[in-house]
Amino acid sequence: MRSYLDFEKPVAELEAKVEELRALGENRDAVSIADDISRLETKAGEALKDLYGKLTPWQKTLVARHPQRPHFVDYCAGLITEFTPLAGDRKFAEDEAIVGGFGRFRGQAVCVLGQEKGASTETRIRHNFGMARPEGYRKAVRLMEMADRFGLPVLSFVDTAGAYPGIEAEERGQAEAIARSTEMQLSLGVPNVSLVIGEGGSGGAIAIATANKVLMLEHAIYSVISPEGAASILWRDSARAQDAATNMKITAQDLMRLGIIDGIVVEPTGGAHREPQAAIKAAGDAIEEALNDLGNMGPAELRDHRAEKFLAIGRKL
Amino acid sequence: MNWISEVVRPKIKTLFKRETPDNLWIKCPDTGQVVFHKDVEANQWVIPGSNHHMRISATQRLGLMFDGGTWTDVTLPEVAVDPLKFRDEKRYVDRLKDARAKTGQPDAFRVGFGEVESIAMTVAVQDFGFMGGSLGMAAGEAFVKGAMTALEKQTPYILFAGSGGARMQEGILSLMQMPRTIVGIRRLREARLPYIVVLTNPTTGGVTASYAMLGDVHIAEPGALIGFAGPRVIEQTIREKLPDGFQRAEYLKDHGMVDMVVHRHDIKATVARLAGLFTKRPAIAA
Repeated sequence: MRSYLDFEKPVAELEAKVEELRALGENRDAVSIADDISRLETKAGEALKDLYGKLTPWQKTLVARHPQRPHFVDYCAGLITEFTPLAGDRKFAEDEAIVGGFGRFRGQAVCVLGQEKGASTETRIRHNFGMARPEGYRKAVRLMEMADRFGLPVLSFVDTAGAYPGIEAEERGQAEAIARSTEMQLSLGVPNVSLVIGEGGSGGAIAIATANKVLMLEHAIYSVISPEGAASILWRDSARAQDAATNMKITAQDLMRLGIIDGIVVEPTGGAHREPQAAIKAAGDAIEEALNDLGNMGPAELRDHRAEKFLAIGRKL
Repeated sequence: MNWISEVVRPKIKTLFKRETPDNLWIKCPDTGQVVFHKDVEANQWVIPGSNHHMRISATQRLGLMFDGGTWTDVTLPEVAVDPLKFRDEKRYVDRLKDARAKTGQPDAFRVGFGEVESIAMTVAVQDFGFMGGSLGMAAGEAFVKGAMTALEKQTPYILFAGSGGARMQEGILSLMQMPRTIVGIRRLREARLPYIVVLTNPTTGGVTASYAMLGDVHIAEPGALIGFAGPRVIEQTIREKLPDGFQRAEYLKDHGMVDMVVHRHDIKATVARLAGLFTKRPAIAA
């Protein structure tokens, strides 16, 4: 069952009609119905293309959080062979909000990690809705240290509302864990590529998104605080989230203009959730291209490239 | 026009103001005890009796740190103003204007270079009085500039953190200050220069989650609120009352996140002692 967002209503209606006609067509052999179907399908396709061509920042927020949008585990399954997940930070616990390990990306051995939100009640709870505790970031540091030592590129997939705000997370140094993970990325002598696949939420995102190349899916968002959070702090009214989403400049297109990200991965018409496999393949192609661009750089050069890239952000606005 | 509107009252008022500050008496937020303004000032803005450490401005802080209360200001880079054309209930440019008028400073950071107990040091101070000490592009550039100054002059880098976190009005550009400031810290590490962080009340959000938690040594002022998520956010998430003393300096020490909780009177001597050890300065003859 496809689930529709509110603003997709016109498309939903057209597609419902197509389904109805199809059901009718099974009972009768009517040539005219086939014509109707194809006409309606074209119309639905056009409506969809039209809608997704001019999504507002708030609509993109909803698309980025769409329950059927492919998650990290889907990208991992589609792009990584021999994937071998590793567990634990070797200090306190295993945190499944961040999944990570080693495998092959189009033949090349890599370290891969990302936030996983989960797709069912059970997996959402297991992955804590993609909100990592300090252990998640410390596991990421552990994996990246290994990647650096073994000379393997690091691919990270960002999809989180933010780091988990809870008593135990604070107790065990959430802030320090995020800071160390960011520092670890800046010290990597191997190339790293980050792709924001859904939500890039604040410090919890940057902790795994400080990369030589930072890419975003076309309808992903990346922001300093969630639109709801900004609304409740700046407007003292979380219902103003739409205004916050618009004002904060959180879309891939805005971030490209501001020089924050290095590339946008085009999604299938109607968003990644309509054709997950096509979205995953496009993501793979973009990552491959990014890795090729970085291919000839040595460790020192990669570190300098990353540092200079981040230092340059905001200096030419 | 009559004599009332022409009266020169404002002049008289400012004349008086110089003699007697508005707040002759200060009420301690912890105990409710009322103390004389001058006594608090003489005590480095720590309330005598209750030991409550009041917030102080960047200028006051630099004055307390540097020998003889004198230092050279490091010129800070100018940054693009309001690149997002942000407006919430108020325009961001107006908020900035107000904060500048209130503090007389261009933004939340001030960086000084001078001597602390005769050791050359670069000291950066984040002023909570300027839009909650929030980390935007100006603050990020100032932090980096401070680190580069320490590098150039080969001095330890001392940071007084005090901030509610990222400056939301600068959106993603404020988030980018997290990795940017850490680039500065990495340069200090490579040059083997000490980076000492003093956490003051409050230090939270993106500031804690980047440069404020990466010091070689973490010193905290007593009672300072230090954390990633603010207490209100946590309460809303878990729907529970937070334990007493949660996220306070002493709690962070118990949990291994700060090295020591130090009274304001002793911070200068502690920083100087650590810097002396890290830079292998000869012992001062007793």
